[in-house]
Amino acid sequence: MSDVLAVAEQRDGVLRKVSSEVVTGARRLADALAVRVDALVVAASPVQGADQLGGFGADKVITLTNPAFGRYAPEGYARVIADRARAGGYRAVLFAASAGGRDLAPRVAARLGVALAQDITDLAFEGGAVTVIHPVYAGKALLKLKLTATPAVVSLRPNVFTPVQRPKAGTAETVPVEAAAGRVVVTGTKAAAGALDVAEASIVISGGRGLKEPANFKVLEALAAAFGGRAAVGASRAVVDAGWRPHADQVGQTGKTVSPTLYIAVGISGAIQHLAGMRTSKVIVAINKDKDAPIFKVADYGVVGDLFEVVPRLTEEIKKLHG
Amino acid sequence: MKIAVCVKRVPDSETRVKIASDGKSLDETGVKFILNPYDEFAVEEALRRKEQAGSGEVVVVSLGPAAAQETIRTALAMGADRGVLLEADRVPVDGLEVAKALAAELKNGGYDLILFGKMAIDDYNHQVGPMVAELLDLPCVTAVAHLDIAGQRGTAEREIEGGVETVEFPLPAVLTTDKGLNEPRYPALKGIMAAKKKPLELKRAALGAGGLEVLGLTPPPQRKDGKVVGEGPAAVPELLRLLREEAKVL
Repeated sequence: MSDVLAVAEQRDGVLRKVSSEVVTGARRLADALAVRVDALVVAASPVQGADQLGGFGADKVITLTNPAFGRYAPEGYARVIADRARAGGYRAVLFAASAGGRDLAPRVAARLGVALAQDITDLAFEGGAVTVIHPVYAGKALLKLKLTATPAVVSLRPNVFTPVQRPKAGTAETVPVEAAAGRVVVTGTKAAAGALDVAEASIVISGGRGLKEPANFKVLEALAAAFGGRAAVGASRAVVDAGWRPHADQVGQTGKTVSPTLYIAVGISGAIQHLAGMRTSKVIVAINKDKDAPIFKVADYGVVGDLFEVVPRLTEEIKKLHG
Repeated sequence: MKIAVCVKRVPDSETRVKIASDGKSLDETGVKFILNPYDEFAVEEALRRKEQAGSGEVVVVSLGPAAAQETIRTALAMGADRGVLLEADRVPVDGLEVAKALAAELKNGGYDLILFGKMAIDDYNHQVGPMVAELLDLPCVTAVAHLDIAGQRGTAEREIEGGVETVEFPLPAVLTTDKGLNEPRYPALKGIMAAKKKPLELKRAALGAGGLEVLGLTPPPQRKDGKVVGEGPAAVPELLRLLREEAKVL
């Protein structure tokens, strides 16, 4: 049948936002192929939000349930997804390039004995094959690849495939599966202090050495708060290495790659390794007192000035906008 | 404790990317190559585990061109015992082909741990480690930022979006290492001298065609020239107007 399989992601029984992006990517590919999209959810029991995947282009939402699948179980998930992919004869299998998806996709691809294109920013069907764009060399070049094996297994960089709502709703089915969790067992998850992850936030406000000391990050946190839960605070490598901020917040080559709608770089000079992590942001704003800072070369909008004056003013104005 | 560490020779992160005349690869002229930074965490962890155990062996395995011997020597200078280079003119773009060649080499090695960096900073592929684990049917934890091992069981922590996941696994296992796991040591002069005499075996890598074909390598689209909106807090209202009306992101 050669349809497209979109592997959704859930945590604690709730569908994660990135799932709608994967389904959107799958729909785009399926339209080019004139085939259907199945969305696949692996969970302990039916998942909250799974019914909405139809609205993003899934013709059918399949939930594979097993009591062992309450938490992410790498080996168990990989086995049931690979089995399903094989049984369904899919043309392509799409994952999110999230922390979980990046772990899961290689296992599934290896089980299927096919190549994986990880962390892609675009995909198409041309010349009879699935082609993708994959940023390499810290985003300094784009590799265009053709996947010659079937199924084509890919993972989609979060925040790049903007979810598209469709009027159509899909059907749903729940299939209990026999499976063991496997030898690798997730025994718990701890939430970090900032609830929103920089890799997933639609607005990221990052601070660098220009903040002068760790306590001054409260200036950025106030701005993030003014955006009302849509913004996360990131950090440059310099301030993470200095111990001011946790590694989880680091944006750049040895940190996270982010593609938010709006990226605000505050007191960050713009070293090449930082740019690697944020250059695919849709709109970049730089606030820096040094007018010659390299960050201004990639920023769409720059404000030259003292961040301790500019950012509080910006926070005030944003509050008014949302107030 | 017997530990294998798989490492990759990669262009330095500061490399200016120039595309070769074939339009599909990096022009390596004048490019400085280094040990993949994420692999340094793997080498360091292997050395610490062996030191704690009081005995064992750390074997460094790489797949790459002849010049990757230098990369292996860097790990040997940090303290690893011996190296194996699976020689290939080019590292395949298809990570599964790399994984198959490595798995064949590691299969009967009797390793308690097989370590990788979580990704290479050239191809950003995040895949060879878990693929090797699948091929060898070994438990695998990726992007490990904290690790405890007691006897034949390990507990690892890995970063997930907005939190940390705790994972338990039995040994032998494959782990990929993230920043934060440890602070890699610098090779001392004595280590660099000693590394020159350590055994480094060369074998030809057995590689298949793979399932990925490179169609092209291009520079990223230039970002439109930005504009400086103004200076100081007085520029904020204009910045907001542009974000709302021109960029339409607010």
